[in-house]
Amino acid sequence: MSKPFLSIERMTQQFPDGQGGTLTVFEHASFGIEKGEFVCILGHSGCGKSTIMNILAGLAEPTSGVVKMDGYEVSGPSLDRGVVFQNYSLLPWLSALRNVTFGVKARYPDWPRAKVEAHAREYLAMVGLEGDVVHRKPSQLSGGMRQRVSIARAFANHPKLLLLDEPFGALDALTRGTIQEELLKIWGGTEQTVFMITHDIDEAILLADRILLMTNGPQARVAESVEINIPRPRERTTIVEDANYYAIRNHTVQFLGRRSKELAGRPAEGLDQSPATVRFENGHAVAAPARAEPESPRRLRAVNE
Amino acid sequence: MSRMTLSLNQRAAILSVVILLVGLLVWEAAIPAQKAAENLTEYERLMGLGSERAGVPPPSDVIAKAWEQLSNPFYDAGPNDKGIGIQIGYSIYRVLTGYVMAALIAIPLGFLIGMSPIAYRALNPYIQVLRPISPLAWMPLALFIIQDSEASAIFVIFICSIWPMLLNTAFGVAGVREDWVNVARTHELGHFRTAFTVILPAAAPTIITGMRISIGIAWLVIVAAEMLVGGTGIGYYVWNEWNNLDLTSVIFSILMIGVVGMMLDAAFGWLQRAVAYAE
Ligand SMILES: Nc1ncnc2c1ncn2[C@@H]1O[C@H](COP(=O)(O)OP(=O)(O)OP(=O)(O)O)[C@@H](O)[C@H]1O
Ligand SMILES: [Mg+2]
Repeated sequence: MSKPFLSIERMTQQFPDGQGGTLTVFEHASFGIEKGEFVCILGHSGCGKSTIMNILAGLAEPTSGVVKMDGYEVSGPSLDRGVVFQNYSLLPWLSALRNVTFGVKARYPDWPRAKVEAHAREYLAMVGLEGDVVHRKPSQLSGGMRQRVSIARAFANHPKLLLLDEPFGALDALTRGTIQEELLKIWGGTEQTVFMITHDIDEAILLADRILLMTNGPQARVAESVEINIPRPRERTTIVEDANYYAIRNHTVQFLGRRSKELAGRPAEGLDQSPATVRFENGHAVAAPARAEPESPRRLRAVNE
Repeated sequence: MSRMTLSLNQRAAILSVVILLVGLLVWEAAIPAQKAAENLTEYERLMGLGSERAGVPPPSDVIAKAWEQLSNPFYDAGPNDKGIGIQIGYSIYRVLTGYVMAALIAIPLGFLIGMSPIAYRALNPYIQVLRPISPLAWMPLALFIIQDSEASAIFVIFICSIWPMLLNTAFGVAGVREDWVNVARTHELGHFRTAFTVILPAAAPTIITGMRISIGIAWLVIVAAEMLVGGTGIGYYVWNEWNNLDLTSVIFSILMIGVVGMMLDAAFGWLQRAVAYAE
């Protein structure tokens, strides 16, 4: 089996715990993500999701282990990995348009000005920002608009991997729904791989091909990988009719409500901590063939329904 | 009815004018009382008593003086008789020369200190010792080493304006939000582009605040420095007119120092608003 597009191999992260000891956030975590896949990661606050994302972005280095993209080891940030930060991270002294051209100029330094601007405007229009609003500064935009600028900035750069840290956390349900649809539309038209952190189970089921479930920290594990085999295009109102929807949802709720705690704090057994694959068919859990996890022992587990 | 509808600014402007007029009237009215005191006894006259008070001019004299000076500000009739415009020009030239040199050193150095904790710790003790020294205390040393009064005055301006700019730049740069630096990193910007396109605009409001404080201090210090080194400049002019016992000119030049200082400050206030941003 060929290696996945993005592979995380035996990644361990430790921090000093402030009392002279070390805090192991996670240990020997191993998982892979396929090209074009949309993966959401769910887990309780403090389990290490942002830490994983910062490592994938190249903004932080793991204590040990490697991240490989397209077969190359990730070291340092790169334009191939676009990041949408939790707090948008727009530059407040630039207008919405200039925030996007800032990224485009970095990606395509040879493009003439007019082309850079046209490209930026195209992506802003894609997230529904057109006309005078593009000349406003971030402080003059609503939270949802800022988030859209941030998404436009990331997508306009055509990164191979898009990393989103709770991008809709601060938005009201209505705006969130609109932007989720916009995100799906843009992603659907590209080859981009998306890795997204969220706290919202429904959002994850709507958007993702696969949900990674993390146990509570410290010594958290990416314990399960739940496949969302609901056909696309998906819509909020129709996915509930899918035979697997409630099974997936219940399983995830159960995991986050109960099992994430039960499984927490177990030290790594063996060298790899690959997530077990969970798949549902006709509303029932079935044994799924193991995915092409990097050097993973094929571990399967019966799953409660 | 119309008074009720005046805006706050309009009412404040009216109050300002009223305060000015009342102040000038009281001043003007106080002078005849002084003149009465000119009927001094021979003894008092001999002892020089009251001579200072007798010299205080009424505002009408000062206004006449201002009119005369400002209608021909650039005349030059020898070393001790130059127009107010020329004197102020000399002072501004010295302030700006010392100030620009200070900025050229303080801003890059402040960047370095703000970005590198090592540089901060290494340089901090020197800054802490040098900063509280009154700029005029450098004057004798400067005169001895530089051997030139003009350059010494500029040096004093340099040394007094460097600290606020240095500290504010370092503070502003160190305080740039990590998120914005991460934006630069994920866009693979090099050190120079990060410094110019992210850190500089992010820290600009703090840096300009430092520059505004510096120009204020420099303008305060130049008057004292020119009183010491003499020759030209508004500080020398004040001192010279005091020696001539021309209090009308002294008062007029004090007002001019205030006006020029206010304009310098306003220029930086404008710059501050231009680089300000809301988060
Ligand atoms: N620089 C650091 N130094 C020490 N400990 C850290 C550091 N960064 C993160 N941690 C710890 O690592 C753990 C995981 O943090 P992380 O931010 O990844 O959590 P998270 O899953 O993103 O949580 P949330 O959902 O609340 O954002 C936490 O216990 C946190 O205290
Ligand atoms: Mg987080």
